[in-house]
Amino acid sequence: MENGINAAAVPTENETMSRRGILSAGGAALSAAGALALAGAAAPAMAQAARGDAANDVNLLNAARALEFEGIAAYQIALDSGLLPPNAVGFATLYQSHHEQHNEELEKAIKRLGGEAVGPKTSAQYVQQLEADKLKTFEDILRLALRLERGAASAYLGLIEPLKNTDLHLLVARLAADEAAHAATFMIDLASPISAKTPLF
Amino acid sequence: MKFPRRRTLPLVLAHAAAAGVLAATSCDSSVASFAVQRTTETEQDAQQLDKPVLPNGDAMRGETLYAAKCGACHSIDQNRIGPKHRGVFGRNVGGVDDYEYSAALSDADLVWDDASLDEWLRAPTKMFPGTRMGFAVGDDQERADIIAYLQSVSD
Ligand code: HEC
Repeated sequence: MENGINAAAVPTENETMSRRGILSAGGAALSAAGALALAGAAAPAMAQAARGDAANDVNLLNAARALEFEGIAAYQIALDSGLLPPNAVGFATLYQSHHEQHNEELEKAIKRLGGEAVGPKTSAQYVQQLEADKLKTFEDILRLALRLERGAASAYLGLIEPLKNTDLHLLVARLAADEAAHAATFMIDLASPISAKTPLF
Repeated sequence: MKFPRRRTLPLVLAHAAAAGVLAATSCDSSVASFAVQRTTETEQDAQQLDKPVLPNGDAMRGETLYAAKCGACHSIDQNRIGPKHRGVFGRNVGGVDDYEYSAALSDADLVWDDASLDEWLRAPTKMFPGTRMGFAVGDDQERADIIAYLQSVSD
């Protein structure tokens, strides 16, 4: 999952200049060439901080990509299981395509930041990490789907605060809402109790 | 930094809680006495060190919180989006051999314990800038519960 622009050593605190100013300068200002040019310019510390922020955001978005890939694989496992009734096949296919669209959005955002988007693991790896051999019934699949979708909604909400580029906040909030909508349908299917207390995620 | 070592609750009880089964009476009372003892130790520590310390952690609540908040990315025994967690308490940061960490974690020279897990879960990107994990737990009690659970799968 390495993306080659890990900027762990670059301090991200203590910024004196609007990140947006730098990031919006031509959109791709943080491509390798742009970032180098900035770093060599009059204010290397500021350029470095902005580049560090962008690299850190890229790492967070790549973890979200990894999450979406796992979701896509989980729906594929469900579709291949032979355990889904016909109407559930429609939902699984639809939701899987939503997750594919999420990954396209994430890839675009990562590229805008000058980063490189990670790809999927092998399907055998997903079968193992999701312990797919334990899925014996349609209900097992619904429970897995609920767990993953609910967790993904919560995970996206948890990305709002650490993402430094505020342009990304709306994106992750929208993705969280999609995951919550998916989760809600599985809660209904499973007659899963809905908490009396909000927030639900 | 000195932290009292947590006692581990029997895992079987933790599982009952995760399944949504209300804790049995015997379990409740063991937690209660455990909590009383820990409060005393914690207060002493707080006085000695004059620093905020975590409240008492409850591994049973921690397991439920873990499923809801960490389960999107982590499992106890499988590397997924993040590394597997069995044995994490007491292990080096970035210490799972077959998981590919970011440089932020693989270069770190630190052991996961109460204090370091608390700092991490407060704000992972502040503790290790460049990490791929952004998810934070803002509530002190929830962090303490989750850390108690992580310890219970590490002993
Ligand atoms: C959005 C996905 C995501 C969520 C949600 C998440 N994590 Fe993580 N976690 C990761 C990733 C990815 C890493 C590896 C980070 C790296 O290499 O920079 C990680 C690493 C860790 C580590 C370091 C482990 C080691 O072996 O050094 C701990 C501890 C941890 N997470 C605990 C938690 C806990 C507890 C929660 C829930 C409160 C949680 N995580 C929620 C993705 C996530």
